[in-house]
Amino acid sequence: MQLIPCPWCGPREEAEFHYGGQAHVAYPADPSAMPDEEWAKFVFFRDNPSGPFAERWSHSAGCRRWFNAVRDTRTHDLLAVYRLDEPRPVIS
Amino acid sequence: MTDLPEHPDFLWDNPEPRKSYDVVVVGGGGHGLATAYYLAKQGITNVAVLEKGWLAGGNMARNTTIIRSNYLWDESSGIYEHSLKLWEGLEEDLGYPILFSQRGVLNLAHSLQDVRDSVRRVEANKLNGIDAEWVDANGVKEICPIVNISPDVRYPVLGATFQPRAGIAKHDYVAWGFARAAHELGVDLIQNCEVTGITTAGGRVTGVETSRGRIAAGKVGLCAAGHTSVLARMVGLDLPLTSHPLQALVSELLEPIHPTVVMSNAVHVYVSQAHKGELVMGAGIDSYHGYGQRGSFHIIEQQMAAALELFPVFARAHLLRTWAGIVDTSPDASPIIGLTPVENLFLNCGWGTGGFKATPGVGDVFAATIARGKPHEYAEPFALDRFTTGALVDEHGAAAVAH
Ligand SMILES: Cc1cc2nc3c(=O)[nH]c(=O)nc-3n(C[C@H](O)[C@H](O)[C@H](O)COP(=O)(O)OP(=O)(O)OC[C@H]3O[C@@H](n4cnc5c(N)ncnc54)[C@H](O)[C@@H]3O)c2cc1C
Ligand SMILES: [Zn+2]
Repeated sequence: MQLIPCPWCGPREEAEFHYGGQAHVAYPADPSAMPDEEWAKFVFFRDNPSGPFAERWSHSAGCRRWFNAVRDTRTHDLLAVYRLDEPRPVIS
Repeated sequence: MTDLPEHPDFLWDNPEPRKSYDVVVVGGGGHGLATAYYLAKQGITNVAVLEKGWLAGGNMARNTTIIRSNYLWDESSGIYEHSLKLWEGLEEDLGYPILFSQRGVLNLAHSLQDVRDSVRRVEANKLNGIDAEWVDANGVKEICPIVNISPDVRYPVLGATFQPRAGIAKHDYVAWGFARAAHELGVDLIQNCEVTGITTAGGRVTGVETSRGRIAAGKVGLCAAGHTSVLARMVGLDLPLTSHPLQALVSELLEPIHPTVVMSNAVHVYVSQAHKGELVMGAGIDSYHGYGQRGSFHIIEQQMAAALELFPVFARAHLLRTWAGIVDTSPDASPIIGLTPVENLFLNCGWGTGGFKATPGVGDVFAATIARGKPHEYAEPFALDRFTTGALVDEHGAAAVAH
């Protein structure tokens, strides 16, 4: 079983976590002015790269806090773990 | 049970790719091979299928082979029932054994709401001319005696929908049958040929870059299952898809004990017994995006727990192998088939956990869509623009695997 390093609790088993999908998806600034195409993007379209991906996780069976991670979707390696208010780290 | 055919030594050639084709199909899984076959059948034979690995080594060889057409909406009935009808004549059509066994599928209901949803779906199926019945718990027991219908379990079996014409087929033979038939009609099947770029000029597709050089194409059809997002990004196209690992497993060989296919959405396992005797089981997708073709152990653990409660007789069966495929899921659990903003580039993706059953149907419909340059009537509701117009085909309730 994969270990996921919660920024607050340290490495815990994957089964303790809940997956939250792509990170850094901002709520529309002016929803009422938004055309249908952009609503579709906001509601239905998410990045789906084969490689590093910034995503959200919640340590739901532990401290119950959300955090962000950059994970390589090919290898499942967690390349970085960071707080929600931090920018996505640059990974070389 | 049908006898197994000999392993085929030689069913198709491995030609060098030519410089140019009328149609290039990307992906040599069941869908790509079927598309090429139905293109060739209507006289379009200057066609190549490009496969980065070996033919049908992707999801085609990894699925649990369940075939049925009992989805809820008319749009889905159209394409899945079209496919089931083609399955019923496929062995004769391809001249190749595919071990299609119409042993029926039970979709179990475990709560009052499950029961209501199931009965609704049965009635919707009947209105679409699709065979479907509601059976109560004793009826389940009659069809599949090893199912535990005791009321004393956490999620008791209250009944099931039953589609008698549903069943399983041997996935490798299906792929080999299509490959052999397409090859005989003149299609080039090119393995170890990864598409690394898609070239366009003036908003229309002109060809593909591959690990074996550039290939010009009049039209390009994508049949790359879990990897369509990666290909679409090559022409700057975003798709409403996420790719996830989906696992399956088999037991050792057992005596024939399981006469049908049993699926449960609520406790989440689906089981059939393969022709040779293995129990074949699938579960739900892993929650996270991934291309790694391996899934999480806890999913298997939950799936086995569910299987044991439903089938106590499995308690001493040994697990032989587990594996994962990569499936591309869409927001409404329905596929995306049809045109793209790039002229002559066509999409067949988003089948998620359930595209095997569509293999002949979508091959036929996608080939017609590519040939005509406009959607076949069964493909029309599954256009990419439904995510903007809101005309979704929400099949989460009937897709049978949570995603
Ligand atoms: C565990 C599991 C269980 C399943 N169970 C069922 C079931 O019971 N019933 C059902 O109906 N469906 C089931 N499915 C889903 C079904 O297998 C798929 O929807 C279906 O196989 C997808 O179409 P395909 O056969 O063409 O895909 P694939 O066989 O995956 O074909 C896509 C091909 O594209 C190739 N490719 C990818 N990128 C490139 C590139 N850049 N260049 C060249 N080639 C490329 C891949 O190597 C692959 O061979 C299951 C899937 C899995 C993983
Ligand atoms: Zn924590």
